[in-house]
Amino acid sequence: MIKLVGIAIVAVGFALRLNPLLVVLAAGFATGLAAHLSVTEILELFGKGFVDSRFVAMTIVLMVPLIGLLERHGLQERAAAVIREARAATAGRVILLYCAIRQVLISVGVNIGGHPQAVRPLVAPMAEAAARAQHGELPERTTHAIRAHAAAAENVGNFFGEDIFIAVGAVLLMKGFFTAQKMDVSVWRMALWGIPTALAAFATFAWRCRRLDRRIAREVAEDGRKDQA
Amino acid sequence: MTLITLEWFYALAGAIMLGVALRIARDAGHPRRAGSAAFWALLGLVFVTGKWIPAAWAGLAVVILAVLAATGQVVRSGERERPKPEREAEAARLGNRLFWPALLVPAVTVLGSLTLGRIAIGRVHLVDPKQVTLIALGCGAVAAMALALRFTRAPVSAPMAEGSRLLQTLGWSLVLPQLLAALGLVFAQSGVGEVVAGLVAQVLPTQFPFVAVAAYCLGMALFTICLGNAFAAFAVITGGIGLPLIVQRHGGDPAIMAAIGMLSGYCGTLLTPLAANFNLVPALLLDLPDRNAVIKAQLPVALVLLAANVLLMWLLVYRF
Repeated sequence: MIKLVGIAIVAVGFALRLNPLLVVLAAGFATGLAAHLSVTEILELFGKGFVDSRFVAMTIVLMVPLIGLLERHGLQERAAAVIREARAATAGRVILLYCAIRQVLISVGVNIGGHPQAVRPLVAPMAEAAARAQHGELPERTTHAIRAHAAAAENVGNFFGEDIFIAVGAVLLMKGFFTAQKMDVSVWRMALWGIPTALAAFATFAWRCRRLDRRIAREVAEDGRKDQA
Repeated sequence: MTLITLEWFYALAGAIMLGVALRIARDAGHPRRAGSAAFWALLGLVFVTGKWIPAAWAGLAVVILAVLAATGQVVRSGERERPKPEREAEAARLGNRLFWPALLVPAVTVLGSLTLGRIAIGRVHLVDPKQVTLIALGCGAVAAMALALRFTRAPVSAPMAEGSRLLQTLGWSLVLPQLLAALGLVFAQSGVGEVVAGLVAQVLPTQFPFVAVAAYCLGMALFTICLGNAFAAFAVITGGIGLPLIVQRHGGDPAIMAAIGMLSGYCGTLLTPLAANFNLVPALLLDLPDRNAVIKAQLPVALVLLAANVLLMWLLVYRF
């Protein structure tokens, strides 16, 4: 039971809005000490875990100079100009289209997209531009909601498309788990049974995107009335 | 033997971080010049040397990074982005050419993943086949940068300046995912999962097939929320709840259980600030004042999908 102290520290630390790095470190040390690891062993585990997962930050660090340079030369503005020419575009439709492309491509093993690469320079500005083309100037809370949904589209498309492809992390990890348990479970069957949830995920997100479009219209109308009064 | 390894790109990322430190050190107007420069310099050093230094040293560096962050030493500089009218003028001048580098990255990543791993002369491989996707992504970023510098005719210092500004916006959030991966390692070494799984099996009436499914799916989501990572939760919860209860006791299908179980974990990923690279970093990248804004946008999706997963698994796992 005492080994669960780390989970308690994480929960309380986040609720109190303490610095997450410190909370995670404290949780690790408390758990390790409760399990009778030495301080050096805990430091080694933290060092190894940190060094072995450098790829997470690496992808972001290698992308931001490029994205920053392109944005300095008007990438976001150009993306917005392109979408203004598409009459049928709404913020919700732009975001849903991105989610669909992301989900379909990753389900056949093509992992492109990402928050720094696609959402910040392209999807979010396009969705905002589509809403502006429809409604004129937008209240600040509305642009924030559009951006948050654009970020969500990346996550939903990525997470719920990935498991359909057999040669990626999740399916291979499951296969490895069963192999270690001396069970023979087919990767094809695991990939196949990811499809029902993938469809449900897309349908749910489509509903959220329609809600977003209605919310934009409502918030613009509310602010318009406030200005007249 | 391999010619190009991922370490090259870790070193490149580390060099960019050292560049950020240098820019901060030379910026007299920076609000926390010494502390912020120290944070980025130390982080860059760990990226460059990580493979060769003892793990305990890297662990000590992580502790120092966390202390610098927690004492408010890591803040962004006052640098601003280029004024909008200038960017509009550049967008008009360059037109759709601006999209090419952005599209070149995924193109090189996909082509590189398919081909680079197969190039070998005798026993000398060009790249390690296991790391080929990340290496291809790195190559794509470098190629796109060359192309972008060429047609924008920007000085070579421009991408470093813009990259530095954006990385300082992210600040310490950039390394939170790596600390969580390390925490997962500590939890696994300490046997936390076994304790949790034992508790669930004791407390709930898992003799009912539906309760077993619900406990497994919700356990995956909750444990993912606590760990920030569905992969870490999978081994623990599947070993502790899924296999003994759904497969062995009630005769469910392991493939269906695993597939839908992992996707239940992803519902947890949508909800947790601990999944920093998916939820917190984008909020910062998109200049959202509420750092939980992305999680709030995902909340309805996650809850509906979690319920759908419980239902789907209950309908499918005992039938096929």
